Amino acid sequence: MTTLDKPSGVAADRGRAAGADRAVRRDLGVVNALSHGFLLFWGALTVLPLLWMFLSSFKSNAEILADPWGLPGELRFDNWARAWTTAHIGRYFLNSAIVVTGSVALTMLMGATAAYVFARYEFRGRQLAYYLFVGGLMFPVFLALVPLFFVVRNAGLFGTWTGLVLVYAAYSLPFTVFFLTAFFRTLPTSVAEAALVDGCGHFRLFFRVMLPMARPGMISVAIFNFLSHWNQFLLPQVLLQGDDSKWMLAQGLAALSVSQGYAGDYAQLFAGLTIAVLPVLLVYVAFQRQVQSGLTAGQLK
Amino acid sequence: MKHGKYPLIVTFLVPPLLLYVVFVVSPYLQAFQISTTDWLGYSAEANPVGLANFRAMWHDEYVWNALKNNAILLVVLPVLTIVFGLFFATMLSMGGRRGRAGVTGVRGSAFYRTVYFFPQVLSVVIIAALWKEVYQPNAGLLNGIMRAVGLPAPPWLGDPRFAFWCVLAVMVWANVGFYVVLFGAAMSAIPREIYEAVLLDGASRWATLRRITIPLLWDTVQVAWIYLAIAALDGFILVQLMTNGGPNFSSDVIGVRLYDTAFGSETKFGYASAIGVVMFFLTLSVAVLALRVGRRERIELS
Repeated sequence: MTTLDKPSGVAADRGRAAGADRAVRRDLGVVNALSHGFLLFWGALTVLPLLWMFLSSFKSNAEILADPWGLPGELRFDNWARAWTTAHIGRYFLNSAIVVTGSVALTMLMGATAAYVFARYEFRGRQLAYYLFVGGLMFPVFLALVPLFFVVRNAGLFGTWTGLVLVYAAYSLPFTVFFLTAFFRTLPTSVAEAALVDGCGHFRLFFRVMLPMARPGMISVAIFNFLSHWNQFLLPQVLLQGDDSKWMLAQGLAALSVSQGYAGDYAQLFAGLTIAVLPVLLVYVAFQRQVQSGLTAGQLK
Repeated sequence: MKHGKYPLIVTFLVPPLLLYVVFVVSPYLQAFQISTTDWLGYSAEANPVGLANFRAMWHDEYVWNALKNNAILLVVLPVLTIVFGLFFATMLSMGGRRGRAGVTGVRGSAFYRTVYFFPQVLSVVIIAALWKEVYQPNAGLLNGIMRAVGLPAPPWLGDPRFAFWCVLAVMVWANVGFYVVLFGAAMSAIPREIYEAVLLDGASRWATLRRITIPLLWDTVQVAWIYLAIAALDGFILVQLMTNGGPNFSSDVIGVRLYDTAFGSETKFGYASAIGVVMFFLTLSVAVLALRVGRRERIELS
């Protein structure tokens, strides 16, 4: 690493380095080389499988079998076309996009309204209702799986997108309400009071004043919900069995991963995976800061 | 703010509350009730059988086998992930040379953080499918490397000795980046002056980490522990997609047991719900235990 030859330069420019300081500095040199090695190693470990997936999506099946880590002979975009149409990745992609758009919108609307009421109004049973919502953060989805299947079926929503949208939203409410309640509390009360004094109604106050003010918090939660709905596998697996024309992207990829073992079409699988990774990668690179802060806040609950 | 607030409270609170109670609260409550029946699924009737399901589970060697794997996960996953996470986060936020600015990160730390975090935004299905191919005996990336350096190339996921550890490695791979960012965020909240002061006193890097950083980060480490423990008790999607618990149940986990029992060849919903109830109490106890064991005196900054 180029940084290795720097200690002398830094030491010289500081000049007055004490003895103890110099010892620490020497110690730092060794540790730094080592730690840089580890950092690079983990970086490679993270990138390598993804790079391999990307390159393999251009290879022929013969190339994949003969030389797992060679470069593709040419850029075979027909793998991508095959994954998009024959393996229906295109359709699943669209299905997921429709459902996630609906569920994130619903989650944000319901989460924001409930959180606003909890944060800004006093009424009987407020504590109880709030803890009922937030308590949902603690329970594993597993426990609910079997009965949920029947609740959805009895409501006539089994195998429908509407069912998924409602269930995604319901299970995202605990975190959304929790996060947004805290956020609405941080907004200044003076603005709201002034608006009410000026004769603004409670509904208009929310939509015209409070909601625009809460935009930063709303965006963080929306990105968090988008990623978790987009990546959801368990709920569609249970609630959308059967009819594969309605499947979500995750289900389609899981099926492709299994069936590819029999068909031997590895190139198609890699192309399918790459197609699924690209939009997430783009969103991530574009909104890195919000994604990281949203997700870490999400896990801290 | 008193006048006319109730119409708003009702319209704003009732729809979300209804949705939540129907799809979240009621299934949880029903699960406890179903777990005490012998319900066999779709049309068959359910008879109350008391605690028979729990007694059957006590003698179910498959459940014990799966629980054993969850127990291993519970120990290994948090330890590895937190150690790696703390190590990388320390390097990235204060591993740099001390210049005039005091404590700094290594060069390119923003880049590392971006790359490390990426598995966290990928869906678990993509991670599972990708790693299944990495471990693939003939065409896989791993065996390609093994062969190139002249090592034996075992069928990783097909070998009962390795399958479980291969899945465990993927869990660590997928999680570390998140905790690097989480710990990094917590570290950035520690005032720089503390580090500058101890460095002036000649404290070594290791002592600084052990005596300053980790104690000040303890709350975050504790939260990380709880989340990793919950993840370790689940592990369902990765295992189901990569090995489906095989070969010969060597990589089975309790989540896969539950799913198989409920939605596999026989639909034993009563028994599956009992497994769910046990998982619920295990998760709860692990969380409470982590909070208890991890309790230390809070260190107040400033």
